[in-house]
Amino acid sequence: MGGMGAVYRARDKNFKAIRLVAVKEMISQVTDPIIRKNIFQIFEREANILATLRHPAIPRIYDYFTKGERAYLVLEFIHGKNLEQVLAETQGFLPEEQVLGWAVELCDVLEYLHSHKPEPVIFRDIKPSNIMSTLQNHIALVDFGIAKVFESGQKNTMVGTQGYSPPDQYRGEATPKVDVYALGATLHHLITLRDPQLEAPFSFAERVIGEINPNISKEFAAVIERALEYKPEDRYEGAADMKEALINVARKTGTLLHLNIPAATQAATRGVGVKPLWVFACEDELRGAPSYHDGSLYIGCYDNNLYALDAANGAFKWKYPTDGGIPGKPAIFEGNIYFGSEDKRLHVISTRSGKVVWTYYTEGPVRSSPRIAEGHVFVGSDDGHLHAVSVNSGRLAWKTEPGAPVRSTPFVSNEYVYFGSESGDFTCVDFRGDPRWRFKAKRAITSSPLVNDGVVYFGSMDSAFYALDAQSGWVVWRFRLGKGSISTPAVHQNLVYTGAADHIIYCIDMRSAKEMWRYTTDHQVTGSPIVHRDALYCGSVDGSLYCLDAASGRLRWRFQTEAPITGTPVAHEDMVFIGSTDKKVYAFLA
Amino acid sequence: MTNFFKRLFAKKSNHSGPLSSDAATAPLDENQIWGNDAPKPGNKYVHLIAGSALDMGKRRENNEDALLCFSGALGGGSQAQPFGLYVISDGMGGHRSGELASEAAVRALGNSLMSKLYKPLFGPEPQPSQESLRELMEAAVKEAHRAVKKAAPGGGCTLTAALVVGTQMVIAHLGDSRAYSIMRDGRMEALTQDHSLVKRLQELGQLTDEEAAVHPQKSVLYRALGQGDLAQADIFNSSMPNPGYLLICSDGLWGVLNEDTIQRIVNSTSSPYLACQHLVEAANAAGGPDNISVVLARLVY
Ligand SMILES: Nc1ncnc2c1ncn2[C@@H]1O[C@H](COP(=O)(O)OP(=O)(O)O)[C@@H](O)[C@H]1O
Ligand SMILES: [Mg+2]
Repeated sequence: MGGMGAVYRARDKNFKAIRLVAVKEMISQVTDPIIRKNIFQIFEREANILATLRHPAIPRIYDYFTKGERAYLVLEFIHGKNLEQVLAETQGFLPEEQVLGWAVELCDVLEYLHSHKPEPVIFRDIKPSNIMSTLQNHIALVDFGIAKVFESGQKNTMVGTQGYSPPDQYRGEATPKVDVYALGATLHHLITLRDPQLEAPFSFAERVIGEINPNISKEFAAVIERALEYKPEDRYEGAADMKEALINVARKTGTLLHLNIPAATQAATRGVGVKPLWVFACEDELRGAPSYHDGSLYIGCYDNNLYALDAANGAFKWKYPTDGGIPGKPAIFEGNIYFGSEDKRLHVISTRSGKVVWTYYTEGPVRSSPRIAEGHVFVGSDDGHLHAVSVNSGRLAWKTEPGAPVRSTPFVSNEYVYFGSESGDFTCVDFRGDPRWRFKAKRAITSSPLVNDGVVYFGSMDSAFYALDAQSGWVVWRFRLGKGSISTPAVHQNLVYTGAADHIIYCIDMRSAKEMWRYTTDHQVTGSPIVHRDALYCGSVDGSLYCLDAASGRLRWRFQTEAPITGTPVAHEDMVFIGSTDKKVYAFLA
Repeated sequence: MTNFFKRLFAKKSNHSGPLSSDAATAPLDENQIWGNDAPKPGNKYVHLIAGSALDMGKRRENNEDALLCFSGALGGGSQAQPFGLYVISDGMGGHRSGELASEAAVRALGNSLMSKLYKPLFGPEPQPSQESLRELMEAAVKEAHRAVKKAAPGGGCTLTAALVVGTQMVIAHLGDSRAYSIMRDGRMEALTQDHSLVKRLQELGQLTDEEAAVHPQKSVLYRALGQGDLAQADIFNSSMPNPGYLLICSDGLWGVLNEDTIQRIVNSTSSPYLACQHLVEAANAAGGPDNISVVLARLVY
């Protein structure tokens, strides 16, 4: 319980299996309605930031809401005690090993917060009562700066706690070094049992660790002293440096092996334990994307066949032969499957029988995937046209003026059709095929566009990722990638994701055009990311399928196939499917 | 173009009446204004209409607000796209520096955007800008920042600017003027976030000057154009509210009228310029403690 509000234990009824949550209540003392609204806006903004944090030492935020002058945060319930309680209940000194273990974990979570994108998160109030020790003896950080927004309405308050906060914080600075100092002060308190709140400010140097607690190694004491340096420039650069120093202490004192550090903290998990649910082997490379429909998975292969598999167990149902490799993603519409082949044809076959319904000839390989809307199939071809073909008759309705090969998959939105071409032209046509506007990138646009809330997104080989007004074609923003991209973007909430040849999966905020996070794989990302629930799935030419946290970009797992992945996964309910150039189709638990 | 600016700023001394955008608003009858909210298939011509008002209020001796309201269409043939630039700036600083700051900001921002985005489209060989709307806005804010520093050293001003092209807008925001989206169904939402919590707390006596000066959230929440080395504007894009309005106003309006009142006035008046006038009247009726400036824009299909 703090002065500003209270933390309650509560049960979340909306969750099927009852789970325990902590509800933190904060009361705003401000009476002016405009200021209060302002405060609530900041509260919501910060709650949104906190909601994106994923770290074993940070309780998850499930919800937040405001009511009158009160605001509530619904948090994961941490079973354990805060370190203030631990101190009160401990007789004599805590063992060095114990405090050292907590210290390493605290540095780890601070390192995570300080490297948060786009803005680092500075905790600003590290102290024993804001750190909990769990039943497994791991630490959790509670009480984020969010509550401080409420206190700032009061006189004589600042963020931080007298005794633990460094001088620079009183000058209004909020840098990683502020947290380094407060961590030093907390560790000093834990091992000397002298509460800095009861002592003169900045007087740690007068309470020499070795003199108060002779059990503490010189090395550990030295790390704490360095963190507590009066001048920020004399302290550790950041939490990462301090962590390294602490691990060196453990190495020297021979306690490294005893440190109870969770595996996730030690290094990013590298696909440990992720096994496919099933694997199906084809006769040649799989470069395109599967589609899921009604219990079946359909995928085209460079052995020229389109395969139909049982999605649940990977059992073979039937295959349909064409005369060329099948690069794209099949589209499914009213019981039929539409897909292009390098044999220059658009094939339409029945999902039930696997028999041909009709085929349509273009004059070049069809590498674009078909898109179906308003009774027409829209598909690009290497013959330089976008074709609009009647769904019923398989006859050409119209095709665009000849240009460079169209490998990008058209997107249909609000009576317009959008597509890119290998010359770098990006075109918007209406349903009659009349051009509405055109945009030119410096190099090829193989990436398929995606329209979201009036903006069309796509990447180009010219190393830019574009956001254009879908109505006029004006460039709203442009984001620099390290190299070109042929990946199709995915959107989720206010974020847009894409892969690029610079090995990176990018996450960009659609409103601010700022990079939220990036994840570097070991080779080019030519496939496209998809977002399913709160996870992002994306293959890389390094042969791995990656599963990342969509909000933070943290690796959840990765699975290594035997050859490059150039295609795109598809997810359905609890399963995710992908093909690899190792000739296999894989299914995983999402 | 220069004539347009001359006209705009020459009118500034005439603070008693609203300054409406007679320069560029396409005249539409009441039916057109109210009748066509949703895009009609086949009819792809979209109008952008706007109104504005600038008033000294009842307690101030001078007007430190400045505004720019420009609506038009941009393009060729039957494919003209809506184009609009709406800016409000609220000056601050001793003597006349508040006035000088806001006026310099609006003028420099307008000049930068108009010359890079609009002007290249005239002449025999139009050369549309290669820069993104966001980049153009970033550059314009930088120029406005420089202009304020030069015209009013030590002074500063807020800046809330919306550049509308097609159905998208790019908004630049610094300080505590605000942009709102107001939907026809009554929903009203602030698009911008004030950078001035501490300043406000200070004005209300919640914080002393000394406390405010060392407040850790100072840098996060308090920003203004013309102060510091860099103009740290929030720049973001959003789609134009539809069906609805984009409202930009200074604190002389939002600090006096609550959202519900604003929303009701806007949605119950048939034209943007009348709505702006009514908003000013309501703010003055509520005491008019500060300068009031408003811009209201919407798309009509
Ligand atoms: N998520 C949680 N799960 C369990 N207990 C919590 C949680 N968050 C806080 N607490 C307990 O409540 C105490 C006060 O919470 P804190 O967030 O620090 O609030 P205050 O603003 O009052 O300091 C903590 O010291 C801790 O013991
Ligand atoms: Mg606390």
